[in-house]
Amino acid sequence: MRAIIGPNGAGKTSMLNVINGFYHPQTGKITYKGKSRSAMSPNEAANSGIARTFQNVALFHGMSTLDNIMVGRNLKMRRGFFWQALYHGPARTEELENREFIEHIITFLEIEAIRRTPVSRLPYGLQKRVELGRALAMQPDLLLLDEPMAGMNLEEKGDMSRYILDVNEHFGTTIALIEHDMGVVMDLSDRVVVLDYGHKIADGTPGEVQKNQAVIDAYLGVAH
Amino acid sequence: MGEFAYMVLIDPFVQMFELPDFFVQVIWEGFVGGVLYSLIALGFVLIFKASGVFNFAQGIMVVFAALTLVGLNAMGVQAHLALVLTVVVMLVLAFSVERLVLRPLVNQPDIILFMATIGLTYFLIGFGELLFGGEPKIMISDQLGLPSGAVDFDILGGLVSLQKIDIAAIFIAGAMVAVLAVFFDKTRIGRALRAVADDHQAALSVGISLSTIWVVVWFTAGIVALTTGIMWGARSDVSFALQIVAFKALPVLILGGFTSIPGAIVGGLIIGIGEKIGEVYWGPLVGGSIESWLAYFIALIFLMFRPQGLFGEKIIERV
Amino acid sequence: MFYREVGQFKTNYRADQSIFPIRQDRIAIGALLIAAFIVAPLIMNDFWLNSIMIPFLIFALAAIGLNILTGYCGQISLGTGGFMGVGAYACYKLTTIFPDTNIILLILISGIFSAGIGVIFGIPSLRIKGFYLAVATLASQFFLEWAFGRIAWLYNYNDSGAIEVPTRKILEFAVTGPTASPVVRYLVVLSIVVFLTWIASNLVRGRIGRMWMAVRDHDIAAELMGVHLLRTKLMAFAVSSYYCGVAGALMVFLWLGAAEVESFDINQSFLILFMVVIGGLGSLVGAFIGAAFIWILPIFLRAAPGVFGFEIGAATVEHLNFIVVGALIIIFLIAEPNGLARLWQTAKQKLRVWPFPY
Repeated sequence: MRAIIGPNGAGKTSMLNVINGFYHPQTGKITYKGKSRSAMSPNEAANSGIARTFQNVALFHGMSTLDNIMVGRNLKMRRGFFWQALYHGPARTEELENREFIEHIITFLEIEAIRRTPVSRLPYGLQKRVELGRALAMQPDLLLLDEPMAGMNLEEKGDMSRYILDVNEHFGTTIALIEHDMGVVMDLSDRVVVLDYGHKIADGTPGEVQKNQAVIDAYLGVAH
Repeated sequence: MGEFAYMVLIDPFVQMFELPDFFVQVIWEGFVGGVLYSLIALGFVLIFKASGVFNFAQGIMVVFAALTLVGLNAMGVQAHLALVLTVVVMLVLAFSVERLVLRPLVNQPDIILFMATIGLTYFLIGFGELLFGGEPKIMISDQLGLPSGAVDFDILGGLVSLQKIDIAAIFIAGAMVAVLAVFFDKTRIGRALRAVADDHQAALSVGISLSTIWVVVWFTAGIVALTTGIMWGARSDVSFALQIVAFKALPVLILGGFTSIPGAIVGGLIIGIGEKIGEVYWGPLVGGSIESWLAYFIALIFLMFRPQGLFGEKIIERV
Repeated sequence: MFYREVGQFKTNYRADQSIFPIRQDRIAIGALLIAAFIVAPLIMNDFWLNSIMIPFLIFALAAIGLNILTGYCGQISLGTGGFMGVGAYACYKLTTIFPDTNIILLILISGIFSAGIGVIFGIPSLRIKGFYLAVATLASQFFLEWAFGRIAWLYNYNDSGAIEVPTRKILEFAVTGPTASPVVRYLVVLSIVVFLTWIASNLVRGRIGRMWMAVRDHDIAAELMGVHLLRTKLMAFAVSSYYCGVAGALMVFLWLGAAEVESFDINQSFLILFMVVIGGLGSLVGAFIGAAFIWILPIFLRAAPGVFGFEIGAATVEHLNFIVVGALIIIFLIAEPNGLARLWQTAKQKLRVWPFPY
């Protein structure tokens, strides 16, 4: 688990956007699973096992929790138009298998009670949790979390930290985390990268980064 | 096949070159049409900027204004008095729309507001025809003191004929745009309006009254509609068949952008001239009357290469 | 009291995912189908079948088509009338070329042509969004209108420029043409509409429907989840246009009997859009409710002055009709912006907890 931190406007979210193909880098390459490339489409990124959550909740507002998480299974479902139209035979079997899979996620995130609720009616904390569920449904190898705890109270932050740790430990998923709450960052992550104005100014264990003079300068400002 | 390619690719240009006076005439006709499209598009843009409403009724407001003017005159009201009364009617319309349509629908999704303006369109068609009758009418351009007749120029070895009413239309349109520009740039209401266009809630929070702004823009759009209606009515006649003109102003909008006043003006001219040239030189090859859709294709092809429109800023998507 | 799901436990996901998870709903829909297929033809006279039921069902089908595109996939289209026309003209050409082929089959095939045209005009949706796209779809509407009027091959070089439906029989029953009885036509329309509604409900509750809704609600997030935007949007355009095309073919062959360009003009597009929005975006039931409301209301309005003993000229009635329809649309949007389908949902919810408010 690696955290990406930095002052506002340091380019953390842009970094994630580049990793999952939404932005294309002007220079440089992304190396992922041993392959280097300068740009890929969001669809390729999703296909190769990159999932993410968003800084401002980007759920599908008109749909229920269940349907939102089911969209995450989209890439794992193969049956074509014909069987979908009949909703019979292979399509239904596939639908039910995936339903069973996401019920595990729903149980894991403890959101059983809001299964059928349209997500637009949920409070912010739960929406963030559903978003994590949707990303998990993709069974990602790399999970990008963009400020998963922004705007949460202490208790919700605790819950969310526990889910993130569990995902990391049980599923072995690599996680890249952007977060402003330093306490959380230092406790959760194995390594921390610090960005400032788009440049990497530090990279190391939480302890090393805390002592790094460049990082302290970036956060507190220096007299010129 | 080769012959067809010749007809499409070469022959029209040969014609343009051989009869340059006619070509100038075509461009002039397209230019005047384009000015009127620009005016309709301008009404759309004003309302879209200030209230985010895609006002489908703008075209009908043009007809409704012209019909009210002519109808009042037919009832015996003196022409200039009728003009003043029509302005009053447009003000009442602006108030009613704000009170009865916009205010109850505030914060609804865009498509709901859009549908409401289609409802308004139906209402105005029925209302206008009920009051003034559905048959086509003649615009009272003489009584209003608008010039008639034509001015002929000898150029390029031929005769180019400009209708005086068209020349007047261009001057009036130019003057109106100038007045609007000053109004938005220099006055207090203009500044408030630009603030509302940027962010409704922020504008509200500094004490700008949304309802006042909405009435102002709908009234301004009504005045623009009235001007357009008089000009267009003088060129043909006044009836609800004129609403087809509104459909032609829509491609101007996607070309120029929904929020750009310069876009509406330049887009209108491009569409007006482009469709006239297309209709005259290429239309006969495919059976004519391609004016109904040519403008859309011009705008669409343009948009495929520049999705943000003529003057729009490059769209940067964020998550 | 009677509408309650207490005691109906789902023991597997299959039962939980069925179309009507509540038993009372299943009974109600069964009763409705019996009424539509058996009772209605027995008790309704020709006027009712011809002027109310058949057009209602056809418009409901078109509204489902538009609802798939606009309500589920979020792409506003003003070209419905044109796509209906493609279906109608395609069916007319098909039955001219293959006079002996089963007409119902041809009607279902003619939708495919409409789907193809829909895909072509859907391509701009990749780069253009929202109202820009709505205006762009007007291009298809005006271009198709022009094509129907100008390309003489489409209407077999008739002098009138209109298409006249020939008589086609299935098992000795005239299905189309002047001799076809309203009951036969009604049953054919009903069967096709019920079948296609079932298909639509399968599509929207499965993977494809979820992809459409994901694109509608948040296209960027959908793309990052691996939903291919262009493919998904074009599929919505294709399916939507297919439904509209079949509805157009039904409209000409089983209802009007003849058609010309004006049958598919921009006002037709608006009519269908009204049905979808008044009924409820993203609701198949809403398509039916909206179609019933928008179709039956003007019939009632035209009859109303006579009932109350007023003598009003036909032109005035038309004007009043415009005023009332326009005003009612605004009133409905203000009263229930989510459409009549939402009222229906609320009513069901109330019934479920009756007699207590919670």
